[in-house]
Amino acid sequence: MPVVFEVRGLTKVYTMGEVEVHALRGIDLDVEEGRFVVILGHSGSGKSTLLNILGGLDVPTTGRVRYRGQDLTAANERALTAFRRRRVGFVFQFYNLIPSLTARENVDLVTEISEHPLPSDEALALMGLSDRADHFPAQMSGGEQQRVAIARAIAKRPDVLLCDEPTGALDISTGVIVLEALARVNQELGTTVAVITHNASIAAMGHRVVTLVDGRIAVDHSNDVRVAPTEIRW
Amino acid sequence: MVTVERGRPPGSRRGLTALDRKLIRDLWAIRGQAVAIALVMAAGIAIFVAMISTFDSLDLSLRTYYDRYRFGDVFVSLTRAPLSLVPRIEAIPGVAEVESRVVVDVTLDVPGMPDPATGRLISIPADRRPALCDLFLREGRYIEPGRPDEVLASESFARAHGLRPGNSVGAVINGRRRDLRIVGLALSPEYIYAVRHGELLPDEARFGLFWMERRALASAFQMDGAFNDLVIRLMRNASEREVTDKLDALLEADYGGMGALPRSLQPSNWFLSNKLQNLKGSGRLIPGIFLCVAAFLLNVVLSRIVLVQRPQIAAVKALGYGNAAVAAHYVKWSLAVALTGAVIGVAAGAWLGSALTRIYAQFFHFPVLLYRLDVQVAVGGVGIGAVAALAGAIGAVRRAVGLPPAEAMRPESPASFAESWPERAGLKPLLSQPARIVLRTLQRHPERVLLSVIGIALGASLLVVGNFTRDALDAMSDTLFNVAQRYDVMVTFAHPTSPAGLDEIRRLPGVIAAEPLRAVAARLTAGPLSRTVGITGVPAGARLSRVIDAGSAVVTLPADGLVLSRKLAELLGTGRGQTIRVELLEGTRAVRELPVADTVSDYIGTSAYMDLGALHRLMEEGEVLSGAYLQIDRAGEDALYRRLKATPRVAGVLPRRAAIESLENTMSDMMRRVQLVYAIFASVIAFGVVYNNARISLSERSRELATLRVIGFTRGEISTILLGELTIVTIAAVPLGLALGYGLAAFVVRLTDTEMFRLPLVIGTYSYAVSALVIVAATTVSALVVRRRLDHLDLVEVLKTRE
Repeated sequence: MPVVFEVRGLTKVYTMGEVEVHALRGIDLDVEEGRFVVILGHSGSGKSTLLNILGGLDVPTTGRVRYRGQDLTAANERALTAFRRRRVGFVFQFYNLIPSLTARENVDLVTEISEHPLPSDEALALMGLSDRADHFPAQMSGGEQQRVAIARAIAKRPDVLLCDEPTGALDISTGVIVLEALARVNQELGTTVAVITHNASIAAMGHRVVTLVDGRIAVDHSNDVRVAPTEIRW
Repeated sequence: MVTVERGRPPGSRRGLTALDRKLIRDLWAIRGQAVAIALVMAAGIAIFVAMISTFDSLDLSLRTYYDRYRFGDVFVSLTRAPLSLVPRIEAIPGVAEVESRVVVDVTLDVPGMPDPATGRLISIPADRRPALCDLFLREGRYIEPGRPDEVLASESFARAHGLRPGNSVGAVINGRRRDLRIVGLALSPEYIYAVRHGELLPDEARFGLFWMERRALASAFQMDGAFNDLVIRLMRNASEREVTDKLDALLEADYGGMGALPRSLQPSNWFLSNKLQNLKGSGRLIPGIFLCVAAFLLNVVLSRIVLVQRPQIAAVKALGYGNAAVAAHYVKWSLAVALTGAVIGVAAGAWLGSALTRIYAQFFHFPVLLYRLDVQVAVGGVGIGAVAALAGAIGAVRRAVGLPPAEAMRPESPASFAESWPERAGLKPLLSQPARIVLRTLQRHPERVLLSVIGIALGASLLVVGNFTRDALDAMSDTLFNVAQRYDVMVTFAHPTSPAGLDEIRRLPGVIAAEPLRAVAARLTAGPLSRTVGITGVPAGARLSRVIDAGSAVVTLPADGLVLSRKLAELLGTGRGQTIRVELLEGTRAVRELPVADTVSDYIGTSAYMDLGALHRLMEEGEVLSGAYLQIDRAGEDALYRRLKATPRVAGVLPRRAAIESLENTMSDMMRRVQLVYAIFASVIAFGVVYNNARISLSERSRELATLRVIGFTRGEISTILLGELTIVTIAAVPLGLALGYGLAAFVVRLTDTEMFRLPLVIGTYSYAVSALVIVAATTVSALVVRRRLDHLDLVEVLKTRE
């Protein structure tokens, strides 16, 4: 299976005020196409940093990331923007919807700048939100908002979908609905999905589970049997 | 204006991108604040456009008036010359046209006016219009040939006394009273301001102009076949200086020429251009300051609003929008606000400008009134607004997009929190928890605090500038009329008189004291520069008319040498200790080199003073007087005026209160109106600034404040935190603003300094108090609005989503 992301020797050091934080201390990782990868870790383990660097939202201190052979760490701002625009869909813990735009318009933000987008209404329908298309974020529940964010992320038909604690702000029942939506994107559209979470229960639904501890990969294993999202409990 | 779309728009997206819709909705959501920002900009642009278009229009009206009514280029008065001299004057190279006239000042007896007035009789041809300095007939008709008693009266004098065509005015002509029958009211470009000889300010009620048939006037004053006044039009490329030199050479020695005056020094035009220059100086400078301040505030406000949207910017970037797209979004955002303000500003400015032009035109008595708003002025105003908005947006967006999106979406790091210096200084036990939060927050965001303080201080400084002219005018008037000119009445004699004349006046009933007045026309020359002025002789120990320096110091005249107005010394390029050439234009017409003993900072006109004895010696004369300053008993005022009117040697009587009125009418009144306009606009801007500052602080802090509410702070406590910040910022800003205002006022004073008029730099407590009060009022209103918003802070909503 072709490799989407090839990560070598990745480190990241933040300077927060007077403190130096070593978020990543040398990561080597290959992510294969079409996989559902769960990156597990406690808060501060560096998982968000890893995801942000994979998605071109942040740059590493040292090391290299290649996306299908293209060196992201050598890319300039313009190239990273193009990369995000064409290849990557993001889902954030706090949804990051634009509060002044309706659900459909939030998806439009993406379809307007993509080459072969999924129509906004279709993306919303995939997430079961057809009847909420004209609602503003403030008029929707957290689960609905997160599904709008996923619809927005998949509308560009991304190669990879990067999700940062997508259920982190949700209760279990809405969380499960969101996870089902992600699984469907992976199965039906063939999109490579990376989900980072501190919630170990979610690991059971991935093809592969990478566990980060203190900026390093502690465990990397594949699930022989995947559990359906509906069966997950936490 | 904005419709939130409901239901599915069939196929079309109405041509708006999602980002554009975000733009419209965001603006709508902060519409109150957007309007406040737009109004600040609008106020800046409106006053800029209004003032500049007003003064441009007055300039244009004046030029058109001069042009249409053939105002002269050179003016000469002399004692008497035969008409046969006119061809020789016409032959001077550069002279295009010559109008010779007879001009005589007489004492008038106006019905219902106790004190005598001066009338200037000016000859005009009866069978045609004057070739130069033509008259605009406001009412009635032109004089008819063969009717020697018919006159045209100046409109302002006639209006001051309720005179209409058909009325008569008595004039003492060569000792005989004659009635002048008014057939029309006229305006002349030569006497837009009619200033009596030897006075600084026009006095419409006591100085009237009468145009009458030449033959009648000439025969009454034995000027048949002669003239004593010339108006000359020059050829297009003529050298003014060469012509005036030739005229002086021809006229001064043999015909009593008083020196040829170029148009720029012609009294009415000199007065008018100085006054326009004065108004224009402050009319460009003050609005310029307003506009710059508004632009700066727009810049600051927009950049702060953009920074509040940092997480949204990051989210949009994460979706794949480039920096350029994000920047374009906020640039549109800023331009929408700025251009709304600019359009309102230009429209309001044009309206205000045309209204002001109409008001001013009444003061100036222009027969033609043109209002023109120069496209460049409008475009300039809009352009400055747009540039300020762009700079504000781009600066903020650059900072926002400069961060990697991942970092921009993270909450701000709380790293640099520390105890504030008042806490460390040992006040900690005295401070409540909210007070500590206030102090620490202020200390944590010094740049934010600084921008707020500067913004509000600028608002306050505009208020000071907008108010100070009133104080300056009051101070000037006080110095002029309570310290320098303390006489009740100034009397001028028709001809220089012996001391017996003064004794005669002294003995009149109602006169308490009298001091001599001696003024001699002279041309002062320093190097290539020269000016014709009256040298005033000041007796030692003068009480009624004194020379004052810089507001209040009474100057004792040195035994030798001249004391000049600082402005006159500047114009001549001379100064204390240097020597200048003095060419007397009366009496012996002697030419002497005299030292400049001192210069004085006075407020009106360009004066030269000498010790009275020294002036007599210079003139090689005895104790000759040109007039007297009187202190009188108010009870006998009218009787005294009747006696003075009947005294042949008295040519003019000027009560001090008339001079005060004249200053008020000709100068102060207009400046006060302008000042009021400035004060109003300064208040609008100050309010806008304070309100915006409060609203932005609220949006920057709402999440934090909601968190405090959630953990148990009361509404009152979180209000205290935010309002405490606003209060501290205001307290810091007000003194800074007042100091800044003083600096700006000093700048205005320096740049509006003209020959005729110089404002003292005086700012009264009242102006400072008003400025501070407006800021405090604005803060209070804004605090109430913010307080209301805080009370309705939706805790769940604020905390549920991160932007």
